[in-house]
Amino acid sequence: MTVKLGVPSKGRLMEKTFDWFGKRGVGLRRTGSDREYAAAVDGVTGVELVLLSAGEIPRELAAGRIHFGVTGSDLVREKLAAWDTQVEEVQLMGFGHADLIIAVPKCWVDVDTLDDLDAAAAAFRATHGFRMRIATKYHRLVREFLRDQGVADYQLIDSQGATEGTVKNETAEAVADITSSGETLRANHLKILTDGLVHKSQATLFRSRKAALSDADRVALTELLGKLT
Amino acid sequence: MTPKAKSRNTAARFLDFFEGQGARRVETDILQPARVLLDLYGEDIRARAYVTSDALRGEQMLRPDFTVPVVQMHMEHGAEPARYTYAGEVFRRQEEDISRPSEFMQVGYEVFDRENPAAADAEVFALFQQVLAPLGLRAATGDMGILMAAVRGLSTTDRRKAALLRHIWRPKRFRALLDRYTGKAKPPETRVALLQAADALEGVGPFIGLRSKSEIAARIDALREDAATPPISEAEAGILDDILNLREKSRNVLERLRDISVDLPAIVGAVDMMDARLTALDARGVDVQALDFEGSYGRTTLEYYDGFVFGFYAETRPDLPAVASGGRYDALTSVLGQGRSIPAVGGVIRPELVFELGGAV
Repeated sequence: MTVKLGVPSKGRLMEKTFDWFGKRGVGLRRTGSDREYAAAVDGVTGVELVLLSAGEIPRELAAGRIHFGVTGSDLVREKLAAWDTQVEEVQLMGFGHADLIIAVPKCWVDVDTLDDLDAAAAAFRATHGFRMRIATKYHRLVREFLRDQGVADYQLIDSQGATEGTVKNETAEAVADITSSGETLRANHLKILTDGLVHKSQATLFRSRKAALSDADRVALTELLGKLT
Repeated sequence: MTPKAKSRNTAARFLDFFEGQGARRVETDILQPARVLLDLYGEDIRARAYVTSDALRGEQMLRPDFTVPVVQMHMEHGAEPARYTYAGEVFRRQEEDISRPSEFMQVGYEVFDRENPAAADAEVFALFQQVLAPLGLRAATGDMGILMAAVRGLSTTDRRKAALLRHIWRPKRFRALLDRYTGKAKPPETRVALLQAADALEGVGPFIGLRSKSEIAARIDALREDAATPPISEAEAGILDDILNLREKSRNVLERLRDISVDLPAIVGAVDMMDARLTALDARGVDVQALDFEGSYGRTTLEYYDGFVFGFYAETRPDLPAVASGGRYDALTSVLGQGRSIPAVGGVIRPELVFELGGAV
């Protein structure tokens, strides 16, 4: 057996992850053709690199099919119930920053806080006969946040992409989405609520609490952790 | 005997007991239309109930409780007064604690009666206490009606009272609202600027989305009105805290509430109701001298109750939830009754907890 490390298979997240490990003496690289998801690890023994979609890494960690995984802290919290009983946060990696926020139309001059959103939602429901719609793909995180904050009379509408466009299309009144610079929000005439930060996400190295280890794996794991932390 | 058989047997004994008290046995569907429950509880119910769907009926929920379908059934074709009993599984999705069951039995007893609410409260409580007596449980009681009457009696606008009542079951938001209305929390700078602007809506477009310009203007008007409203006095807000902090034997609480009602006469009706209930409980042989009362009981776990609330707990097993709980839910009947309403009170027992504590099997 080997210690399995799951890393995003594409794009900047993959490149930055490779750099981060490289700086710590663990060389990660893809092998074979551009399109083949094969990879190799240098600098430590007994560690195998598994290239996965960032969205699948939480599930693989929870199932114990990989020992370590790099993914956004938002994805782990969204996809895993009681996430900290299933995985352990080993290291915040300092890149891939993104904020999960709640945004409303810029023309809502009367709404700047969650308190306003809640009051506007009550009036909206009385006027339109249904609960104010918030478009998101982060159902768990947003629902828990709004419950803790005591916001009522809203409903979550599933939106897997182009979420910022839902308000103009009148399929939602507000959105809860990931933003880094806020540019897409501004371009779609939306603004962030002052206390509407649901979660500050960044790329994070997680360790599975479920994955089985042989004695040889424990040696490899200790060596790997020694380099990374 | 399997645990399931034990729960069924235990449930059957409670059912017999309630039937013997004159209740009619009823059943409800396990699959309930999601829309009714979502309208009632909001999005939070999705985290607590199993949602499923098909292409024809749309979203359905596995029955998270019996109260809603039993009330609907009564409002559609129930005779008055009515007493119902039922038993069956309820389903609760668990997202945080794997040790909590996602499926368990409930046996219930519900009374729909407009003649004498205090007597109906006492009847339900006394029957639960009687049937649970072998377990030696501690009874907790409260009364949401007193807190709600106190909010209605505040010297402030109807809009503020409505906002506070809407959040009576969400203590955090309730507190935030109260702090704003007493002036303890300052309005955000953006709010101050908004209310000072001659035309707050000029140049802020484009106006996108379903919430119209006139709805935004209406809320600005409401905010202006609110800004011009005098703050709720510290003394009045203090009375709400006094009520929430009550935690004594019922008779002492009643005395204390009589004193409070001198400063807040609006609660007199609710306090009279509590007085009548204690008399009715006493007449049914409940030891009211020993009966605990908590001013904040029912605020976080028992939503939709708007009057008397109660729960029975095993003091030796603080890890267990309430073995039985219930209360009055007059407002729920009007929400589900499409214009009609009837005072109602009831409660449920959890048979699995009863036999875990060594009770009837």
